[in-house]
Amino acid sequence: MEFCGSHTTSIMKNGLRQLLPPNIRMVSGPGCPVCVTDNADLDKAIALAGVPGVVLLTFGDMMKVPGSRSSLEKARAEGADVRIVYSALNALQIARDTPWRPVVLVGIGFETTAPTIAASLLQAQHEGIENYFVLSLHKVCPPAIQSLLELEGVQLQGLICPGHVSAITGSLAWDFVADRYHVPCVVAGFEPMDILQSINMLVEQVERGESKVEIAYRRGVRREGNPKALELMDMVFEPSEARWRGLGVVPGSGLALREAFARFDAGLVFDIDAGPTMSPAGCICGAILMGVKAPPECRLFGKACTPAAPVGPCMVSSEGSCSAYYLYGEACV
Amino acid sequence: MCLAIPALVKSINGDEAEAELGGLSLNISIVLTPEVQVGDYVLLHTGYAISVLDEEEAEETLRLFEDMASLEEGLS
Ligand code: SF4
Repeated sequence: MEFCGSHTTSIMKNGLRQLLPPNIRMVSGPGCPVCVTDNADLDKAIALAGVPGVVLLTFGDMMKVPGSRSSLEKARAEGADVRIVYSALNALQIARDTPWRPVVLVGIGFETTAPTIAASLLQAQHEGIENYFVLSLHKVCPPAIQSLLELEGVQLQGLICPGHVSAITGSLAWDFVADRYHVPCVVAGFEPMDILQSINMLVEQVERGESKVEIAYRRGVRREGNPKALELMDMVFEPSEARWRGLGVVPGSGLALREAFARFDAGLVFDIDAGPTMSPAGCICGAILMGVKAPPECRLFGKACTPAAPVGPCMVSSEGSCSAYYLYGEACV
Repeated sequence: MCLAIPALVKSINGDEAEAELGGLSLNISIVLTPEVQVGDYVLLHTGYAISVLDEEEAEETLRLFEDMASLEEGLS
């Protein structure tokens, strides 16, 4: 399994599946932050956009994801001030420029992104910025992988670990996968050659009957990760429960703001009622994210659900499996 | 979402740096990589450097890729 959505996209885009012998089957995992964001959380973000005066900032892929009743894009069409940002640095600047308006950043992303949000919050605290808020929907990957490995029906013989998450966590974050679950692990980069090399390393481990954690992405990833980023993350966030689309509630897989940062916590500061949660009928994103099903097994795939009119998040995000199969899938029939 | 791309650090000013990416010059934050030096390549993610690239390893990887490519040519 490749955990990370960017690996899935690279595999599909470069036609790597056709290059592999029939006894190697790649399964995409839940490593797409947009895709795994639960509808209840998305509904909260949409509700926040409706709070009078609020400027809601989000990373681009989130805009089109359908929540229970609306999407951020629809909220914007209906008059809410929803803007796309590319960095927490932009978000902070918008807060500085409009001190009279509450500026809320929808914090999504894994360990790669969470330290940047932590850094922005520390900066806001340092500068005394009072109108910057974060709705933390951040998630960490190891607990999700663990709950995936505990699932019945998911039998992995090798795991391609996420490259940029590992740049932060270090490859040691995956030791438990090799030690406890005896699944070989390789941390991979995102070039097609990186991925082929990592598949080769996994196959060699399987052949030798070994399970250990190797790094095929040595130029960017160290065993101990990025200690500074981990330190900032730990100053700002504490582990919490989080709900993943597909996996459900995974203990310790969320990142909540620590009490010292409560005044920046959009989930606490704003009184929002997101209403009851509903899931899109017929969408099997959850099963796809767990690697149990593949996108073409969804009866809406390519028919009622396309990137132009997505039904579920896996078709919206540029690194969602459904989108990757839709855009590059023909080459792999 | 976890996309990160290599950028070359040109100058450093406290927690900020000027970096070059595909011919463009950008202001980036280096608060997560305090060890970075001018001339280093960093992995840039949403405006923040998240890792300093190891040049020797990068060259080693390129060599490996070239070997794999020539192997492929040899096969076809
Ligand atoms: S094709 Fe669309 S409806 Fe089907 S699982 Fe993927 S996102 Fe959901």
